Amino acid sequence: MTTAPPHDTILQFTDVALGYGDFTVLAGISIEARKGQVVALMGGSGSGKTTLLRAATAQIVAQRGRVTVFDQDIARLSGEALRQVRQRMGVLFQQGALFTDLNVFENVAFPLREHTRISESQVHERVLEKLDAVGLKAAAHLRISEISGGMARRVALARAIVLEPELILYDEPFAGLDPISLGITARLIRDLTDKLGCASVLITHDVIESFAIADQVYMVGQGKLIAQGSPSELSTSQDAYVRQFLDGEPDGPIAFHYPVSPAYTRWLEQRTGKRP
Amino acid sequence: MTTPFKTIAGLGTRVREGVSGLGAFMRLAGAILVRSGGAIRRPRLVSQQVHFIGNHSLLIIAVSGLFVGFVLGLQGYYTLSRYGSEEALGLLVALSLTRELGPVVTALLFAGRAGTSLTAEIGLMKAGEQLAAMEVMAVDPIRRVLVPRFWGGVIAMPVLAAVFSMVGVIGGWVVGVLLIGIDPGAFWSQMQEGVDVINDILNGFIKSVVFGIAVTLVALHAGWTARATPEGVSRATTRTVVHSSLLVLGLDFVMTALMFGN
Repeated sequence: MTTAPPHDTILQFTDVALGYGDFTVLAGISIEARKGQVVALMGGSGSGKTTLLRAATAQIVAQRGRVTVFDQDIARLSGEALRQVRQRMGVLFQQGALFTDLNVFENVAFPLREHTRISESQVHERVLEKLDAVGLKAAAHLRISEISGGMARRVALARAIVLEPELILYDEPFAGLDPISLGITARLIRDLTDKLGCASVLITHDVIESFAIADQVYMVGQGKLIAQGSPSELSTSQDAYVRQFLDGEPDGPIAFHYPVSPAYTRWLEQRTGKRP
Repeated sequence: MTTPFKTIAGLGTRVREGVSGLGAFMRLAGAILVRSGGAIRRPRLVSQQVHFIGNHSLLIIAVSGLFVGFVLGLQGYYTLSRYGSEEALGLLVALSLTRELGPVVTALLFAGRAGTSLTAEIGLMKAGEQLAAMEVMAVDPIRRVLVPRFWGGVIAMPVLAAVFSMVGVIGGWVVGVLLIGIDPGAFWSQMQEGVDVINDILNGFIKSVVFGIAVTLVALHAGWTARATPEGVSRATTRTVVHSSLLVLGLDFVMTALMFGN
């Protein structure tokens, strides 16, 4: 029996399995993000966090289960319907994905020019307002090659929020930021969520900043959902996985070493002429 | 025993890959043409590309045209003077340029200068997740990125070919009239008399448009299908030069046979 999502649920994964080709990265994932909520998806490197984001934006289709965005099954959407759903989302890519042939101002103005018919003076005003929010108003004229990696991520953040979307997906919003920008960016994500009443989904492994602003935290690892709860619930959790991740312990259920696969064994045999 | 089968299987795989690659190329070409309506509604995007593709290729095209004109002047004079027809040098230079060298050499230079830069740009946009970002922002990258570049290339190419031919004629005049001393009146009047607007100039123009379409499509397809790595982008740019140069020469033969053959 499936239960209907509450009307304020914006993004919902129901028993989802995700992967590429025959390979499954994550299975049995059930998560949801509601209006006005900041949801953090946490996990180690290579745990499949970005794959979750790709499923939410319909870049990949779930192998099993259902991904619904704005109450619509995203696997069933195509063409104009998918475009309309995507217009209601903002995505911050891991590497920023800024358009290198446009300057900072034009990058932030891009969604406005493509999806709205507002006047040039309104574009000017809104772009500078968003750039001001990320502290880069005076960098509006610079080319993308002239700004640092951390600045590029802040410009990408301004671009992701310029249309004031109902769902904002942030892929590693804190990576590469200095401590000051990091704190301000975390605050900005929380404030935006409260002001716009949107749902924000953060993909991150930054425990301190994300716990400070998140309403709900999901932890993924070893191909499944390991734990979920509010930051305070997880902070007091005695679960071995949760404790190891939060405390950064080298030993525990989460292996530091990449697991040995048959492909690696074959490669090593070919290289050395014997079994390891 | 297995070697002949392996050879046949290998051949079959290559043919199948070739056909499937051609299919993908035609599908992308079709998608670009079908989505071209947006380019008419936003002419600024196309004019930016005409400027980027055309303006940046102008210098190399003009300099090459000048030297080709010089050489045509020298070689033409050498051959024509053996038959006492030096005054036909203007006609020879003009016909060689408008019918063949203008469109063909411009297209080859265009492939090397503008084609490679288009491929590298699209390939790097892909590697930097820019195309994926566009798609997630509900913006069709074919419509927004490929279509303006396609029309930019198609418009720029005939203009560049015309510049090449024009500068080439000036090169021929410099060598023939200024350096060798052919009668300028005969040089220009023979040219005026012998060059036909439809047969020579229009056909040359049609060739340059076809080459523009071919080179730009090859360049865009190579970038679009490039592997998103530095090595993948470098292979794609090489592919652009090799494929588009061969395509230009092949198409030139077919079109010359159709236009000027009896």
